[in-house]
Amino acid sequence: MDPVARDRRRALALAVPALAVFAAFWLLPMARLVQVGASGPDGIAAYFAVVTNANYFRSLASTVALSAGVSVVTLALSLITGIFLQRNRFSGRDVLISLMTLPLAFPGVVVGFLVILLVGRQGLAGDVTTRLFDEKVVLAYGMAGLFIGYLYFSIPRVILTIMASVEKLDPALEEAARSLGASTWQVLRDVILPALTPAIISSGAICFATSMGAFGTAFTLATQINVLPLTIYNEFTNYANFSMAASLSIVLGIITWAALAAARSLAGAGVAAAG
Amino acid sequence: MRKLLRYWLQLAVTLAVCAFLVVPVVLSILAGITENFFVGLKSGFTLRWVIEVWNLYSATIWRSIGIALACLAATLILGVPAAYALARAQSRFTRWIEELLTLPIAVPGLATALALILLYGGWRDFRASWLFILVGHVLFTLPFMVRSVLAVMMAVDLKTLEEAAASLGASFRQRFLSVVLPNVRPGIVAGSLMVVTLSMGEFNLTWMLHTPLTKTLPVGLADSYASMRLELGSAYTLIFLVMIVPLLVSLQWAAARAERRGA
Amino acid sequence: MAVAIHLENCAKTFPDGTHALEPLTLDIAAGEVIVLLGPSGCGKTTTLRIIAGLESPDFGGRVLFDREDVTPQPIEKRGVGMVFQSYALFPNMSVAENIGYGLRVRDVAKDERDRRVAEMLELVDLESFGARRVDQLSGGQRQRVALARALAIRPRALLLDEPLTALDAKLREQLRVEIDRLLRQLGITAVYVTHDQAEAMALGDRIVVMEKGRIAQAGTPQEIYHHPATAFVADFIGTMNCLAGEVVDGHLVVAAGRLPLGGIAAREVMFRPEDVRLVRPGEHHLEAKVISSFFLGDHTRLVVDAGGTSPLIVETTERRVWPRGETVHLAVAQGSILPVPAQGP
Repeated sequence: MDPVARDRRRALALAVPALAVFAAFWLLPMARLVQVGASGPDGIAAYFAVVTNANYFRSLASTVALSAGVSVVTLALSLITGIFLQRNRFSGRDVLISLMTLPLAFPGVVVGFLVILLVGRQGLAGDVTTRLFDEKVVLAYGMAGLFIGYLYFSIPRVILTIMASVEKLDPALEEAARSLGASTWQVLRDVILPALTPAIISSGAICFATSMGAFGTAFTLATQINVLPLTIYNEFTNYANFSMAASLSIVLGIITWAALAAARSLAGAGVAAAG
Repeated sequence: MRKLLRYWLQLAVTLAVCAFLVVPVVLSILAGITENFFVGLKSGFTLRWVIEVWNLYSATIWRSIGIALACLAATLILGVPAAYALARAQSRFTRWIEELLTLPIAVPGLATALALILLYGGWRDFRASWLFILVGHVLFTLPFMVRSVLAVMMAVDLKTLEEAAASLGASFRQRFLSVVLPNVRPGIVAGSLMVVTLSMGEFNLTWMLHTPLTKTLPVGLADSYASMRLELGSAYTLIFLVMIVPLLVSLQWAAARAERRGA
Repeated sequence: MAVAIHLENCAKTFPDGTHALEPLTLDIAAGEVIVLLGPSGCGKTTTLRIIAGLESPDFGGRVLFDREDVTPQPIEKRGVGMVFQSYALFPNMSVAENIGYGLRVRDVAKDERDRRVAEMLELVDLESFGARRVDQLSGGQRQRVALARALAIRPRALLLDEPLTALDAKLREQLRVEIDRLLRQLGITAVYVTHDQAEAMALGDRIVVMEKGRIAQAGTPQEIYHHPATAFVADFIGTMNCLAGEVVDGHLVVAAGRLPLGGIAAREVMFRPEDVRLVRPGEHHLEAKVISSFFLGDHTRLVVDAGGTSPLIVETTERRVWPRGETVHLAVAQGSILPVPAQGP
């Protein structure tokens, strides 16, 4: 009878189709995944295999180390570049920014391929170093190649976030600091970086989550890499070890979700673990 | 003097990062149109690799486009009403609904794909059809459509506009068509471009869900990298870039417009 | 066409528990301009939205338009015209389309619609603005379009939610006059919400002063100003001077002098600054020292220390300068002294 409540109920009803699709094709399958994860010979202990089993633990550890390393380096490079681009106008700046953000849409496989072109067996870096030092540098097929690949798709994403935050900085705060005698370095350390901290933490967390869950790049670069998504893929496809694949992917999913939840609570708007 | 040095250092880092990002793309484009990659540019330009890729993979490319468009239709039908619900319903549930819809992108695509296979894999017809892939794509792109439309709805203060329309006597249907939809158009456009771009480039989910008969463009790319010569892989990548870059540029433009609308 | 509005026992509790409105009963006569006045959070906007149909009163509350119970009716059916604080003009439509929107959803024929829109544009002095887009208008122009849009549907009542708050002072005064003229001309029932007491007193036939979800006092501007019923109303409307002392022989004895009370027997009294005159020594009731003086153009406001807990405010049109510390002699007009009412309802 209450017209306002009726309106609200009608508005909520409009979300039902989306929720129905979500429930049928994500919620239910995920429940099955959790169940399968616990249905192997080890039962529920399979969920702890990632710490109890040496191989899986190594896989997890290298994935975490890789993702953390990529996040740190990406943040450092993006901060320098992002602040510079936002604060300096020069002709061609807009084109430069567009170019730098193109890799956002590249799937992991393409990034892997580009890494091979750059530092693979027939890569550009190999050519250059052969000419200069008579020794071919090939990085693509190990962790170094993966690191370069992850850097490649992380930098555009983080730069955009940093630039957006730099744009929102209140110039009055920096002017106040300078009027009180702070040097450029002190202004950076005491005013700019603290103001950017939420953006830094949130984009760092997003970078970490994306790297943890990335599959395509590692798949293309294959051979000697041992990261968790590849391990899961191998368990499922090559060993048909469904329960282990399921339990490992649930653990991985929880880690990425937690990192993103932390990022969201620090920034307000969340992003995806894509790529 | 120090200031100038600092400026040049920053510029150097910026240019280095830019080069790092752009050079491989240029290499790839060149490799796709060069006669022989190992010989280099001296061997001459040719389109034969591109043509060969098209002959091999045109079905895959069309399938990718079809799935992307179907994905767009699905996210519009599901996502725009859902965004409206989140903007207007103002109840405790709305936060939960938003969190829920974002879950498929918070966990790796691999996990979602595994889950789908384990539950629906037994259903032969579904498993072998392109609809199976479509489902994965819709799960993955829906939150982006919802978020894009919701952002514009909040920015234009949709609630007050609707109250004004209602005070003038407009029914729900009249309000939705004449006030709500026209004012969220920038969000719908930006969201649509986002969905199509993401769907065209989706790999993690699709690789697990595909069968030899339902390959998409990125799946084809992975195939060509693994089993074919460099020039073919590069040509295929070139075709992919030619399709995706205009989408990206339009997306950047549309997103900027959507942001300005709110001001 | 103008409707009489009756609110009966309308209370409002929000889902998070806040009591925005205690049970409230209010009668508005047809054609009356009533102003809901109070500080933010007092419940005036909630009351307006209940009349509009944008909020429902708690169970037991009723809203009646001319004896018809409209409580279960949504706003789309109530036939009220509403002007929002942010104007809420539709960005995707031109000025003319905005004004004609209410007619369009009622399926009024295009010719009739165009005619009515032209009539409205003329009414608010925006004749040539029909084709303009909303973002090309200034704040004052937007406000007038919002008014025209609400009036185009010939509403039974006009509801205005702080329509002038977003404008600068000069524009506010200008538009206040125009709104007043319009309301008188149309003879429409109007409910106007504001926190600006000058606006309230200028526009309202009656003012309803609200505090913390309740009506503190309802009456004409003169009644409210000269006979505030509670300490809150006295304090909220204009400025009040307060003095406390001992009552001796029909006079209030304070440190600064003796104030003749003229029949009132109260230890605490109050009076308005404009009722205090500067006089020659000997004719005075009170003696005070100047703390500060503010020249406001058409008058000067003196803040003086008369030994009480707070300084007294005196307003005078005498053209001179008062240095700090100077002694002044004050006389308070008889009949303007009121006893301080009890604190709160």
